[in-house]
Amino acid sequence: MDFKDIIKPENLVYRRSSLLTDKPFSYCPGCGHGTIHRLIMEVVEELGIQEITVGIAPVGCSVLAYEFMNIDMQQAAHGRAPALATALKRLMPDKYIFTYQGDGDLAAIGTAETIHACNRGENIIIFFVNNGIYGMTGGQMAPTTLPGMPASTCPFGRDVNIMGNPLKITELVAQLPGVHFATRQSVHTPRNVRRAKKAIQMAFEVQKNKKGTSFVEFVSNCNSGWKLSPVAANEWMEQHMFPFYPLGDIKVDGNLVTK
Amino acid sequence: MGELRLMKGNEAFAEACIRAGVDAYFGYPITPQSEVLEYLMSQKPYETTGMVVLQAESEVAAINMCYGAGGAGFLPVTSSSSPGISLKMEGVSYIAGAELPLIILNVVRGGPGLGDIQPAQSDYFQATKGGGHGDYRLYVLAPSSVQEMADFVLIAKEMAFKYRNPVMILSDGIIGQMMEKVELFDPIPRRTIQEVEKQAPWATTGKKANRERNIITSLDLDPLKQEQHVYHLRDKYSQMEREDVRFEEISTEDAEYLLVAYGSSARICQKAVDLAREEGIKLGLLRAITLFPFPSKRLAELSNQVKGMLAVEMSLGQMVEDVKLAVNCRVPVEHYGRTGGVIHSPVEVLEALKSKIIK
Repeated sequence: MDFKDIIKPENLVYRRSSLLTDKPFSYCPGCGHGTIHRLIMEVVEELGIQEITVGIAPVGCSVLAYEFMNIDMQQAAHGRAPALATALKRLMPDKYIFTYQGDGDLAAIGTAETIHACNRGENIIIFFVNNGIYGMTGGQMAPTTLPGMPASTCPFGRDVNIMGNPLKITELVAQLPGVHFATRQSVHTPRNVRRAKKAIQMAFEVQKNKKGTSFVEFVSNCNSGWKLSPVAANEWMEQHMFPFYPLGDIKVDGNLVTK
Repeated sequence: MGELRLMKGNEAFAEACIRAGVDAYFGYPITPQSEVLEYLMSQKPYETTGMVVLQAESEVAAINMCYGAGGAGFLPVTSSSSPGISLKMEGVSYIAGAELPLIILNVVRGGPGLGDIQPAQSDYFQATKGGGHGDYRLYVLAPSSVQEMADFVLIAKEMAFKYRNPVMILSDGIIGQMMEKVELFDPIPRRTIQEVEKQAPWATTGKKANRERNIITSLDLDPLKQEQHVYHLRDKYSQMEREDVRFEEISTEDAEYLLVAYGSSARICQKAVDLAREEGIKLGLLRAITLFPFPSKRLAELSNQVKGMLAVEMSLGQMVEDVKLAVNCRVPVEHYGRTGGVIHSPVEVLEALKSKIIK
């Protein structure tokens, strides 16, 4: 049997989403961003909404997200993506609008825009990639850096007495009436990837039904910033990040999930 | 003749935005310009023209909402007063870099810092020389009446799309707060989404199958490409200087001395010209309507005619630098103006002319 006999449409089990461009990702090997980009574009493709979807890139490692996603996109000033999304959705209520932001962008400099967009119940999706560090600028402390976790601006570990506490912003925005769906996912195993994709699908469904804000957090890794190999970074994430940022749905259908 | 109304400058601006077919207004309260948002919310244009009106959580959020709207080809408007405009400056720089249409109204008050809430003209540098970071310029219009607070919205709309560049209307607390008779222009319908897409094929309204994706960004990590982009911006600013300088002359035909002013100072200077002429002093006034591009060429011509110029502005002297650059030392140029929210009188202007220029 020749390999050409195998490459047939009926045998196709996976292909790259046509909504990812051919440009190689600028992300470090092992980084979760690439997987999250892929999942979002897969969902947009499967829903057939490429022509009516506009994304907003942040400042941070994913500042160039628009180079990889084959949809109309805007690049926002640091932290301001939810403000852009607010205007886009209100002017084009029948289009799908999402932001894609990191922890420094969303939970430090952009905290006001994040909270107020959520509190107004803007009918948008906020995708939030939390790796507990400023990746692009070289590994500085983030609003989500864990207590005791080292970073270039807290080289001896985050001392909460001096530097304050990490911010669980997803739990915070889940309290707001405007937020309809809040969840925390990861993409470090095939099983988690499948769950994350379901959460993304749910978020687009919420927007379709004009129910309010969806807030989808991905706890992710930063092997470069954490100074770990990709495999060790994922293990460290499981051991340290997940206990502090537990995975799972936080608010579904407008109701807080009780555990 | 259009509809006549007695209105505050801020209200006239807001009404003109609705009538001009503006797509969205995003703002945040600050004295002395809060009537803009108040008037818009009282008129509920979202129920008539479909114009979006939203009170943002901050000036920073408001200007970034404008970025989003402009990036989708819509015409957004924001307004504020000096301290709030400072907060918007980051966003204005991004909007200039990304080449988006925007109208931004500054109803200037005394500064620096929180300053006070009285009229001033001390934001000239910020409006014309940058304010935000990077090599960019705004197209800056300076109204000197409530009528112009309305009419300049149409000029601003035209310029915002002609140049894909933010347009600032640099007003002040006098023009914003005082009431005058206004003749309102007839309403112009808002564009449909199809018309938006036709006028702005670069806009992010959703990627159609028959075109490449549209990206709105001010980022290019390749310095050689970024340099080309800035050269492209420079060419637009040069075109503004060639094609869209606006100014008004009063009694300049036989003038031996010249006042140079804009906005409410120009109104005060008009009276000073009358007072001077009563005394036999041949005084004229050049009122700059665009502060960028500045009427430098005309000032250079007038410097061959007059014996001296007095730049009158409610600041320590900001526009006077542009007057000096235009005149290039051919005649004496001095500055006069009260500042910090204090308004000079026509008599004070005339006295300053006598002591600083006529001597």
